[in-house]
Amino acid sequence: MSEAPLKILIAKAGLDGHDRGAKVVARALRDAGMEVVYTGLFQTPEMIVEAAIQEDADAVCLSILSGAHMTLFPRVKELLDQEGLQHVLVSGGGIIPADDMAELQALGMGRLFGPGSGLEEIISYFRQEIPRRRLARKD
Amino acid sequence: MSRSAQLVERILQGDRRAAARAISLLENHAPEARAIAEGLAGHRGKSFRVGITGPPGAGKSTLVDGLARELRKRDRTVGVVAVDPSSPFSGGALLGDRVRMGRALEDPGVFVRSMASRGTMGGLARSAQEAADVLDALGKDWVILETVGVGQSELAVAAACDVTVVVLVPEAGGAVQAMKAGLMEIADLFVVNKSDRPGADEMLAQLRETAHYLDREGWKVPILKVIAIQEQGLEALLDRLESYHAWLQEGERLEEKRLRQAALRIRDLVRARLEERLWLDPEVDAVVQENARHVLAGQLAVHQAAINVWGTVRERLTELEGI
Ligand SMILES: Nc1nc2c(ncn2[C@@H]2O[C@H](COP(=O)(O)OP(=O)(O)OP(=O)(O)O)[C@@H](O)[C@H]2O)c(=O)[nH]1
Ligand SMILES: [Mg+2]
Repeated sequence: MSEAPLKILIAKAGLDGHDRGAKVVARALRDAGMEVVYTGLFQTPEMIVEAAIQEDADAVCLSILSGAHMTLFPRVKELLDQEGLQHVLVSGGGIIPADDMAELQALGMGRLFGPGSGLEEIISYFRQEIPRRRLARKD
Repeated sequence: MSRSAQLVERILQGDRRAAARAISLLENHAPEARAIAEGLAGHRGKSFRVGITGPPGAGKSTLVDGLARELRKRDRTVGVVAVDPSSPFSGGALLGDRVRMGRALEDPGVFVRSMASRGTMGGLARSAQEAADVLDALGKDWVILETVGVGQSELAVAAACDVTVVVLVPEAGGAVQAMKAGLMEIADLFVVNKSDRPGADEMLAQLRETAHYLDREGWKVPILKVIAIQEQGLEALLDRLESYHAWLQEGERLEEKRLRQAALRIRDLVRARLEERLWLDPEVDAVVQENARHVLAGQLAVHQAAINVWGTVRERLTELEGI
């Protein structure tokens, strides 16, 4: 089963309307052989988690440029946990200060990527992190 | 209880997480897939299955969004399987149909699953219908399958539904293009979407002329003008779909249609399995290659080469598993 394509949900959370970055990442992941569900702009944590459930996503990738990352990331993680989806990787990026990144990771998020991150870095992170989580999955 | 049996049990109780999981296991041909499919077998056939297809960007997802909301107003629950093409280069896919279904998705009575076509022979029709079977067992009253109307396997998905809606847009030569793509043969109903654009009436007239010759055992194929983005024409579309449903339920029509489709699904599976077995078999492959060389050297007609290969195929089949 670990050879099934990785399924990544990409969402723009919050109120900023810029999805260029999210789309660039989506295309790069597709070109790396992943199946990418893009959900569009202005997604609430509730909508994102519902989409992750319906799509049975391996990872939820949030793009946040609005500065609301300290509320949105933990909320998505909390809702996923409530649904019993601890195996789903919460990752993503945007304009996030290093201190905030560290705090979010301590709260259970996976790696987060700033504007300077390379696409290769994101791809190889998913490739090594997701198969591990699939194996640990209990449902 | 086995894991598969538990999953099926949870699906029947309306657990959407179990449904989502089961669709993945089926789609990925996981070891549990066969047991899940067997568990679901007694619970399919309750939902009305609608295939929606048409050229890329015709507004299919926007239409599904509107249709789903209209259905919810009429108190029907809705499941959607939205298929997008896989990249032939990377095998990956960008599944973007949810973007246009945002409003319907706010309703807990709507479940949308995106699916990549994965480009295997006959595999898409199988995975998409199996996903629809899961949503059927989950209790959705209507299950809508959206596919892009290019390529045999995509058309097969839509054609395997209780009703097939072909979505076109007004543009010069659109009807002719649709004919070439094989969309005419499968349509039980036409939608001319984006009718806010110029040329809608010409398109309508062209389609009326063509549809006149379509033989659907007494069903007159409707052609509807829709502006999905402005929610115009959606009620009329749903009314027509409901009349078609009622028409199918007269006499044995629905039974017969589903019987034909079940036979098709069986044949597809057998064919897919045969091809998988045969073309990957080293002995058969060696004979194919050898004959190809003779054809190229002008020593053999392709037709004779096929007869030669057929001989080997017959031998290998009995050896392999006595089909
Ligand atoms: N003018 C106009 N545009 C429309 C209408 N319906 C949809 N669109 C637009 O057409 C574009 C494509 O819509 P989708 O619903 O994504 O089309 P689709 O057929 O699902 O596309 P694919 O799944 O990519 O093949 C979007 O920009 C829509 O807003 C309509 O009635 N009129
Ligand atoms: Mg679409």
